[in-house]
Amino acid sequence: MVPLYNESTVIADVVQGLLNSFDHVVCIDDGSTDGSAAAAAAAGARVLHHPINLGQGAALQTGFSYVATKPAARYVVTFDADGQHRLEDVLEMLDLAKSEDLAIVFGSRFLDTRTDPGILKRIILKTAVWVTNLTTGLRLTDAHNGLRVIRTDAMRMIELDQDRMAHATEIVLKLGRTKLPWREYPVELLYTDYSKAKGQSVLNSVNILVDLLVR
Amino acid sequence: MSVMWIQILLVAGVVVVGIFLARPAGGDSHLALRRLFMLGFVIVAIASILFPQWLTWLANLIGVGRGADLLLYALVLAFLVTVASAYRRNVVLNRKLTHLAREIALARAEAEDATRDSE
Repeated sequence: MVPLYNESTVIADVVQGLLNSFDHVVCIDDGSTDGSAAAAAAAGARVLHHPINLGQGAALQTGFSYVATKPAARYVVTFDADGQHRLEDVLEMLDLAKSEDLAIVFGSRFLDTRTDPGILKRIILKTAVWVTNLTTGLRLTDAHNGLRVIRTDAMRMIELDQDRMAHATEIVLKLGRTKLPWREYPVELLYTDYSKAKGQSVLNSVNILVDLLVR
Repeated sequence: MSVMWIQILLVAGVVVVGIFLARPAGGDSHLALRRLFMLGFVIVAIASILFPQWLTWLANLIGVGRGADLLLYALVLAFLVTVASAYRRNVVLNRKLTHLAREIALARAEAEDATRDSE
């Protein structure tokens, strides 16, 4: 499942890569204006359309609601559209979930040294982790990592209310409340020039905090 | 020492705004409070137009030098309430908009899936 907003230059490659390993790739187009939806559909993804831009959290929840209508689905993988996740990591996380009977596997870039986000991003992310752990009671090493494997029974138990980036904390909170077994798994994030340019700005962390604290 | 009164009133006002912010928005009581606030505002406005000296008398009573200063304080508080209220309503409205947009996306997907299956 790929939430998609204005990533027309990379989305086709991401979808094709995923289709090599998975039968079903669902892109939730969050009101893109650059032809991303058409590019994803041409690459073979099932594309859902938000009529207006709502935010990544809203797109994920729309995807979850859609998958919930498919009784055959057993696991859902959330995967960023900008191509910064590795396919190998997803497959390993799925294997882990199946072999250890885990309901949730969170990807973490801080469990090993492969990923170097840079000092500023590291400080912001670690602060986000601290806030997340404080509010959720879970002990994670990474927050706001878009790579997650969620079993559909856990997926059906949550409903995301945070439309924008604060969903990444909310999803940990709500999945944690299901009391289902979870694990973190080390993944590598590929910081390409493209994903760096598209990445979260420092100022947006202020928005995330306000969204979480003031409802 | 008489300055204390206006300070107490202003701090209390800000606290009330804070509580207002923390309440679940969109309810009937929220709307009722907004309307009562509006009514009070109109009454005070009319009173201060008809009896300008009344405002100065009230200001002196609670330790503010001039009626105009009191008006400014009240305006700041009213502005805070307005901002808080608008923010809360915005949050509720966004929630509704999200649900509406999601329903549209899912309805469209369901229709597409149905035609796919029948092909």
